[in-house]
Amino acid sequence: MSEFLNTFFFGIFPYIALASLFLGSLLRYDRDPYSWKADSSQLMSRKGLRLGSNLFHVGIILLFFGHLVGLLTPHAVYEPFITAGQKQLLAMTAGGIFGAMAFVGMVILIWRRTTNDRVRATTKFMDMFILLLLFVQLILGLLTIPESAKSTNGESMIALAEWAQHIVTFRGGAADFVAHEPMIFKLHIILGLTIFLIFPFTRLVHMFSAPIKYILRPGYQIVRKRG
Amino acid sequence: MTIRAQIGMVLNLDKCIGCHTCSITCKNVWTSRSGVEYAWFNNVETKPGLGYPRNWEDQSEWKGGWERTKSGKLKPKAGGKASLLAQIFANPNLPEIDDYYEPFTYEYDHLKTAKESRTVPTARMKSAITGKTKEAPVWGVNWEEILGGEFEKRSADYNFGEMEKQIYGEFENTFMMYLPRLCEHCLNPACVASCPSGAIYKREEDGVVLIDQDKCRGWRMCVSGCPYKKIYFNWQSGKSEKCTLCYPRLEAGEPTVCSETCVGRIRYLGVLLYDADKIKEAASVPDEEDLYQAQCDLFLDPNDPEVLARAREDGVPEAWLEAAQRSPVYKMAMEWKIAFPLHPEYRTLPMVWYVPPLSPIQSAHETGMLGSDGMLPDVKSLRIPVKYLANLLTAGDEAPIVSALERMMGMRSFMRAKTVEGFTDERLLQRLGMSTDEMADMYQMMAIANYEDRFVIPTNHREYAGDGPFDHEIAFETKAECGFSFGNGCHGGEAPKANLFGSQTHANTMNGNPRGGQTAGDGWGKKGGPR
Repeated sequence: MSEFLNTFFFGIFPYIALASLFLGSLLRYDRDPYSWKADSSQLMSRKGLRLGSNLFHVGIILLFFGHLVGLLTPHAVYEPFITAGQKQLLAMTAGGIFGAMAFVGMVILIWRRTTNDRVRATTKFMDMFILLLLFVQLILGLLTIPESAKSTNGESMIALAEWAQHIVTFRGGAADFVAHEPMIFKLHIILGLTIFLIFPFTRLVHMFSAPIKYILRPGYQIVRKRG
Repeated sequence: MTIRAQIGMVLNLDKCIGCHTCSITCKNVWTSRSGVEYAWFNNVETKPGLGYPRNWEDQSEWKGGWERTKSGKLKPKAGGKASLLAQIFANPNLPEIDDYYEPFTYEYDHLKTAKESRTVPTARMKSAITGKTKEAPVWGVNWEEILGGEFEKRSADYNFGEMEKQIYGEFENTFMMYLPRLCEHCLNPACVASCPSGAIYKREEDGVVLIDQDKCRGWRMCVSGCPYKKIYFNWQSGKSEKCTLCYPRLEAGEPTVCSETCVGRIRYLGVLLYDADKIKEAASVPDEEDLYQAQCDLFLDPNDPEVLARAREDGVPEAWLEAAQRSPVYKMAMEWKIAFPLHPEYRTLPMVWYVPPLSPIQSAHETGMLGSDGMLPDVKSLRIPVKYLANLLTAGDEAPIVSALERMMGMRSFMRAKTVEGFTDERLLQRLGMSTDEMADMYQMMAIANYEDRFVIPTNHREYAGDGPFDHEIAFETKAECGFSFGNGCHGGEAPKANLFGSQTHANTMNGNPRGGQTAGDGWGKKGGPR
């Protein structure tokens, strides 16, 4: 990958993608709240959903938080407890298990979305597009595991974490950290950032509305005063 | 004690002729849109039958409503908050479209465009979802119209619980009644409780339960949470929708569309005052048969000066107190005890009440085989079994139903004696436990049922909803605002074609141009389902 492309994809593109993710979502939430939803198709068909949707969601949520914690925890913080090599093995194992869960789930969901007449008829272009994009991203992610296994000293992992931490703390030279990493990691990152980029234009926005607050609601009922 | 007011409804099933005018007018106003073709905020079912959606009453299947835990606490039958959230990726209790019916239209266009042929062209049935041809509907909003279908299937009706139902399949013993249904606007709504987004709420001023369409995220827990299955998932917009009790009309002092258009004059709307602090207690009484009485105990006497004073303190407007005193709902539910809540055992404290229907006296009585005390025939000889009505309206307790049926039969008998024979039957009044005035009042309300007696609705004065009585800011803010829209500003139907966020367009899928076969500009674009 040329230096220009490397700088663009890992130094500039992340900011474009993150800006789109946050500003786009903010705009959508503010300007078009009626379109903000999970867009469930369960009413059309429940077949395969219980297994598929649960496997997919649980898998992908755990993968997401695994990435978040794994990439953004500074080396110095976990060093006293675990070596980089051990952390890499942990990431590979956890990623492998959750990735497999999400993979099985997605296969079921894609099968359902393409073969069920009603679900297919109510599928919008973006629904299918984002589903396939996530699927490709998941496969890329799973393919990083054998690549990662070639060297288990944790060096690659630290480089990627440094890159991510430089990006989110607005430090220059982030792109240099990934310049010499294997292509599969790079593709996985670029596609991941692309998903951030188109996030506000897809149904993925429902993630921001994960109803955790429900647990904290005092009692069950809601009464609105007039005015 | 905190006093709140609620608009309640009573439906006099004795006069319902099952004409479906309420359903049609409601549909025309509220659900004649794509995504909710299958949804009927108001529908009329023939009982006994499974109803719509199929077998909705049986909560062992759908897990709607509340249950009382061993420790005496209430929690949604589908599970507490954490357990509901765990079901969010795939709701195990959500009905499928086939449990309602797959919406369809007919290919009317073909009738106009068909080439000359030996046979008359037909308009074939097409699914409004896929656009594919369907041979015939298999379920519907009143599929068992006038006892359609075999008794074997209909007898799965939940209200036959604890009954020897086989004899009602025999021609001589068969019975039927109509049950118009709409959102109950419950005091203890299970839909509100199960909405993870907090988008569903009960209005403090009139008790109407609404879904904030901008806050709804389509988690669909309310659809399964409501035991009456009166929340519908709009499959196109991805949001839940429900009966609004026509609140824009109520606010202006007008009855709901279903009530206004009821040709049988069976619907009544009026104010009830209740103690909001006692809701939980009332909804969690241990014995299900006590729930009807517990709910009655929540309602306060609008003629009691202490209640009125307290209500004024709690901010109930004067017009509402006056309306509560003339409320037909209070009279029927509380004074005469002839109206009952639908399935109180769901513990939602529903606020649409029903007067049980009288039915012809079985032939056995005419031949002198069944008892009568000389004044009234034994209600047990009525064609519709009392137990069936009790299972529907009082969680199985027959005594209140018997008393209500006797009062209604007694009213006929009393008025016949009075108008035909010119004689006041004091003995009958005594037997019914009613005074002459009460009887006259009940006759006026039930038999004459004048418009102004049926609908006593105080206006809402939303223009004064600000801090003080002269705070007109809200009126200014809402000036020239759009009424019911779909997040597309003041556009009536279609949203602009190009939209970054993929907002909803509202195409008419019921116009005889099935999906896939539409002309340009009907909202579906070129890409549609296969023809």
